[in-house]
Amino acid sequence: MQSSTATASFESPPIDTVGVEERVARLCSRSIKKDAKLHALHLTLSMIDLTTLEGADSEGKVRQLCAKALQLHAALPDLPHVAAVCVYPALVGVARRALEGSGINVASVATSFPAGQAPIEIKLLEVRKAVEAGADEVDMVISRGRFLAGDFAYTADEIASVKEACGEAHLKVILETGELGTLDAVRRASDLAMRSGADFIKTSTGKIKPAATMPVVLVMLEAIRDHYLRTGEKIGMKPAGGISTAKDAIRHLVMVRETLGQDWLDPDLYRFGASSLANDVLRQIVKQGSGIYQSFDDFSL
Amino acid sequence: MTESTQSTGLAAPKLRLGGADGWGYAPAPESTDHVELRDRYGLFIDGDFTDAADGRTFETANPATEEKIADVALASDADVDAAVAAARRAYEEVWSQLPPRERGKYVYRIARVLQERGRELAITESLDGGKPIRESRDVDIPLAAAHFFYYAGWADKLDYAFPGRGARPLGVAGQVIPWNFPLLMAAWKIAPAIAAGNTVVLKPAETTPLTALKLAEIIREAGLPPGVVNIVTGAGETGAAVVQHPDVDKVAFTGSTEVGKLIRRALAGSGKHYTLELGGKAANLVFEDAAVDQAVEGIVNGIFFNQGHVCCAGSRLLVQESVADEVISKLKDRMETLIVGDPLDKNTDIGAINSRAQLDKIEEYLEIGEAEGAAPFQTSCPVPERGYWCRPTLFLRASQSHRVVQEEIFGPVLAVQTFRTVDEGIAMANNTPYGLSGGVWSDKGAKAFRVTSRIRAGVLWANTYNKFDPTAPFGGYKESGIGREGGLAGLHFYLQPEAAA
Repeated sequence: MQSSTATASFESPPIDTVGVEERVARLCSRSIKKDAKLHALHLTLSMIDLTTLEGADSEGKVRQLCAKALQLHAALPDLPHVAAVCVYPALVGVARRALEGSGINVASVATSFPAGQAPIEIKLLEVRKAVEAGADEVDMVISRGRFLAGDFAYTADEIASVKEACGEAHLKVILETGELGTLDAVRRASDLAMRSGADFIKTSTGKIKPAATMPVVLVMLEAIRDHYLRTGEKIGMKPAGGISTAKDAIRHLVMVRETLGQDWLDPDLYRFGASSLANDVLRQIVKQGSGIYQSFDDFSL
Repeated sequence: MTESTQSTGLAAPKLRLGGADGWGYAPAPESTDHVELRDRYGLFIDGDFTDAADGRTFETANPATEEKIADVALASDADVDAAVAAARRAYEEVWSQLPPRERGKYVYRIARVLQERGRELAITESLDGGKPIRESRDVDIPLAAAHFFYYAGWADKLDYAFPGRGARPLGVAGQVIPWNFPLLMAAWKIAPAIAAGNTVVLKPAETTPLTALKLAEIIREAGLPPGVVNIVTGAGETGAAVVQHPDVDKVAFTGSTEVGKLIRRALAGSGKHYTLELGGKAANLVFEDAAVDQAVEGIVNGIFFNQGHVCCAGSRLLVQESVADEVISKLKDRMETLIVGDPLDKNTDIGAINSRAQLDKIEEYLEIGEAEGAAPFQTSCPVPERGYWCRPTLFLRASQSHRVVQEEIFGPVLAVQTFRTVDEGIAMANNTPYGLSGGVWSDKGAKAFRVTSRIRAGVLWANTYNKFDPTAPFGGYKESGIGREGGLAGLHFYLQPEAAA
């Protein structure tokens, strides 16, 4: 398989954790005010993958979520819509019907999310089923066990196979960085995923902590940048898990701006996987206009 | 699988960094509301603020706007005389008589008030000197307080610090400090001196006297006995008067190598003790096994911190040929994200050049470098119309024989050279009249230790740069100076060298 040869001839650069943390601290010292803040808040909304991934998810819950995606806050009619709604494969059809014609994508996790501990045939079948049911985007998980055991060729082949099963659907590859242990491993997994067909690389399932920490995201952004400079190919980034406030989101956007540049400040190339972020952003937008914070009860679930 | 885009005929991939297009940052200026600055500042002698004996003053201005901030008393020989006399009296009658523990309490008190007034001091530092508020707030002021805290702790433990020596102070210290870290340099000088039991006459730089004068207010607030610390403002002549005063026992100078040489000549045969912390032209060596992105960040911190007005700045980049293209290309990209402008804006990375004279000097070197055949690169960042500014600059293809490689520019200008082997890199790093500092970037621990031990400089950093701590000695080899400041070594130079009788 071509992916195996690609990885065999490739070595990821070393990452210095202390240096990464210092860079992150410096990026966090950026102060985003007034118009710049408002712009960032709107941008954040347009990048959100509104997500529900629970065993208890029902059709009703998904319809609720889709309605929220279609109308984030009735009092502010000019808001951008979120990028996608992200659900389990069994509920893709429900989301598809609710969002038809809205321009909002349906994303589905697959490949035995979140652990990924299923035979590859079953994972591929799950991907095909999700796409058949109308998923525009597939969020897969890599087999962290095989990756940590050093079987990089397996990981590369696994991603390439899922990409094939996706057909037209966009593939986001979840590295589950909280289980990878080091930033060196995060970088290696990022490089592997991009070379094996990922359209997006994504930090986490949201089921494991730590999730999308800033050092991890910075290392992934640098991997995307290097891949772009080497190949001209723009891979997207999706931090997921743990980003719940507008302040966090803006810090991420600053990091994107200063690492990848303006081109990535776009929902086609950057997403936030989040369930509670949208309402904090809405609250900040209202506050930018009125000067007053409103109660969370003033915003729909 | 081909990795090259050249064969596809597409334009080379380029990142859209910095610049005006797309999402930018709105101004985020630090408020100056609660900072009280007077129109006129006097000399701090014997616990009081007084005008110069002959009434002369000079102006201190904001380098970002070229506007005057205040008139400051210009100390003449007579004022320096009075300050030294006050210091001598305080030394003999009060400070040397105090139990060391009591001395320590005063020094702790200064540290605490410094912290309490940190925000005001940071803003004043940025107004008077042009450095970005991010640095004065996060580096200068906290470090200045840390130095007082650190040396306060030693005040009553000198016999443990130097066992068997019967640690005794030197007497009156005359101290002359530069404009690049005005308050921090004052702290470096005053804290160890008074903790060890000396008294002090300090002369701040003429372009940045305000935070030292605020420190004088703090010293008064802390209730230090009059005369223990005296601060005389003025230019070179005032400094010369402090250094040459016959009743000064110890001279501590931080500044240019040129002036350092003059001082050393003037002190010859005088019997005075002295420490000199002078210029530098540090090499930052990046090896092919370095973590490149973090090395690039270190290069940026090394040369663009404080507009490059740093004696230990990593002003020479030595990068191994096999990674040179990647490192330089990434460095240029990173430089595009640096924001030059209003020092009080929290997003500013590079503030104003400290003075017109310094800007002239930097611009002269920009011409010299080009004439010598090095290839200049400057970022596209906009700069304000008024004030003194210099965009971050590289001199690519610089050579060991170039003046921009050999001489200290003291601005945001980095000379870039390549080397092939470890030995060649070390030889180039050492081929300089200076020896203050250096940096090594390698993911291999053994290599980092081996290389740093072969570079002849006082301060070496591995996989980081411009890290300062009061516990670490700082000082140079060769023309970078003599003696050490910081840590126990710094204390040692404020004590009598001989063992107790």
